[in-house]
Amino acid sequence: MKRSVVALAVLGLGLSLAHAQETVVRLGSVAPLTGTISHLGKDNENGARLAIEDANAKGVTIDGKKVRFELLGEDDQADPRTGTTVAQRLVDADVKGVIGHLNSGTTIPASRIYNQAGVPMVSPSATNPTLTRQGYPGVFRTIANDVQQGGMLGKFIVGSLGAKTVAIIDDRTAYGQGLADETDKAVKAAGGKVVAREFTTDKATDFNAILTKIRGIKPDAIFFGGMDAQAGPMLRQLKQLGIDAKFVTGDGGCSPEMIKLAGDAISATAYCSMPGLAIDKMPGGPEFRTRYKARFNTDVQIYSPYAYDAATAIIRAMQAADSAEPSKYLPALKKSNFQGIIGTVAFDDKGDIKEGAVTMYQYRNGAWSPL
Amino acid sequence: MEIFLQQLVNGLVVGSVYALVALGYTMVYGILGLINFAHGDLVMVGAMVALQTMLFLMGAAPGMSPLTMLTLSLAVAIPVCMLLGYTMERLAYRRLRNAPRLAPLITAIGMSFLLQTIAMILWGRNYHTFPQLVSTAPLQPVAGVFVTPIQVTIVVGSALIMAALIVLVTKTKLGRAMRATAENHRVAALMGVDTNLIIALTFVIGAALAAVAGVMYASNYGIAHYGMGFMPGLKAFTAAVLGGIGNLGGAMLGGIVLGLVESFGAGYIEHLTFGFLNSSYQDIFAFIILGLVLIFRPTGLLGERVSDRA
Repeated sequence: MKRSVVALAVLGLGLSLAHAQETVVRLGSVAPLTGTISHLGKDNENGARLAIEDANAKGVTIDGKKVRFELLGEDDQADPRTGTTVAQRLVDADVKGVIGHLNSGTTIPASRIYNQAGVPMVSPSATNPTLTRQGYPGVFRTIANDVQQGGMLGKFIVGSLGAKTVAIIDDRTAYGQGLADETDKAVKAAGGKVVAREFTTDKATDFNAILTKIRGIKPDAIFFGGMDAQAGPMLRQLKQLGIDAKFVTGDGGCSPEMIKLAGDAISATAYCSMPGLAIDKMPGGPEFRTRYKARFNTDVQIYSPYAYDAATAIIRAMQAADSAEPSKYLPALKKSNFQGIIGTVAFDDKGDIKEGAVTMYQYRNGAWSPL
Repeated sequence: MEIFLQQLVNGLVVGSVYALVALGYTMVYGILGLINFAHGDLVMVGAMVALQTMLFLMGAAPGMSPLTMLTLSLAVAIPVCMLLGYTMERLAYRRLRNAPRLAPLITAIGMSFLLQTIAMILWGRNYHTFPQLVSTAPLQPVAGVFVTPIQVTIVVGSALIMAALIVLVTKTKLGRAMRATAENHRVAALMGVDTNLIIALTFVIGAALAAVAGVMYASNYGIAHYGMGFMPGLKAFTAAVLGGIGNLGGAMLGGIVLGLVESFGAGYIEHLTFGFLNSSYQDIFAFIILGLVLIFRPTGLLGERVSDRA
């Protein structure tokens, strides 16, 4: 142990001597690395890490100096209070940009801190519309927001599934509630009827009472706004209660984890939506998946391609502005326009991704397959 | 009517689990006047140890019948929880037995965090799929009510265990010693009862019930997780207070009543309040009830066994 530390130190010394002209630019990555959605958080961090490693491998020169990017990963535990604490920690550590956070509930309060410090942030996964409507100039996201996603969901439920009556459940988080509200609006706009609106929490496991109530109303479809840890058990209980309504959920439930937790209760009547294109249909998707697997020895969960592009957007903006100073590269970040893993990365005047595609998936042969 | 009956079933199932857990709270309170807040986490430990055993058995003996596997996993989970219950009493509570009431209460909360943290280190932070060895496919519905074999197992299993516990406490020598110790430690000790042993046994029995409840809970929902014991633990504590803490019958009644109130509450609150309140408040019923009981009938529905300790 000790010997390896010494060896590392010597190696580090050697490297720093070799790159005496090198400047270090720190970028932050924040996501829940503990808790029930830590698998998604780690996925986000890995995505950002891969982008940074790629940039370092290619070699980036800013203002005539060779730059080495360093990722500072923080854990916000999907908790708004912890989110603001770690945001402050990153600001104090003088990061020049942040990739994150994961949840809308943590990203929105944290964005205020980054804004005050003038640090730009690009969230790969926070989809609540409020985030980009606060008027903060340095806030961006590479993922379609809930207005775009909910709009698509409502159209899909009424149009493609032919459901006339829909029951909507959400987990009362900024994400779940926001998406459910947008879906609610879109269902009505498409001519469908929302016959029940029920609520649970992001820590609940027992949904029998609310599902029983919904069964009495006999909706054609049930929409759940929330994460996979609830969506899985909810599907099981739907089956146990003999409810055969179609089950639709958003990106929070669109994961392999959800399928695992639902066990044999999941069938072709389960659908989910995901902002962006299916990884196979992303321009850089298949290649990304292979490289990701080779680097981290695990599969892409959901958002890592978006995290990769978020980090790339920041790095490219720094190159374009020839400066790592937020105030200098921010205008370039606003004008981002490049082919990322997910497709064209360009932001509208609010900071939302311009081509916010949403893809619907259906459960088939043990996996979510794009429709 | 169909919905009403289904909610009744939902409430009974969840209530049976609460009741089993509540017994652990109430027994320890009855004998020591201590609220063992770490009891809920024994539920989690029971489920996680059973899960680990099942995963091991599935790897080691893939052809094993579900019933054998369930029995074996219980046969591992129950002793582990019993040992843990004993250790907890020995390390965290025995030394504080004559300390001010607040000290063991704080230790209990500390034990709760300790158990959760250890479980988080051992099993990670993710939700785990819990093998559903008893079928969860609904049986032929009767009067529109769907019941699954696992639900039947939970309700019948809990009832049998509770009946056995009552026999143990009222008819056996051990039970008499427990009741004597609850009545008055010192006098019981003077009468030749090994009160330390009896108190330890109370913890051990409560822990065994928690282990069973944990396996039932996880089997029913098909998931297990390091934090899964917290909410059921709080609910069961409420159930124990509702029934009259220290009172075995009260814990059972409290558990069932609480399960039903939650189930009906979440199902009907919107109608009852004309849409003013909704199912967001599902978890709140337990605590509203706790508040009401403490205000209007501090001794609980069936009365506290040792009300002078409250």
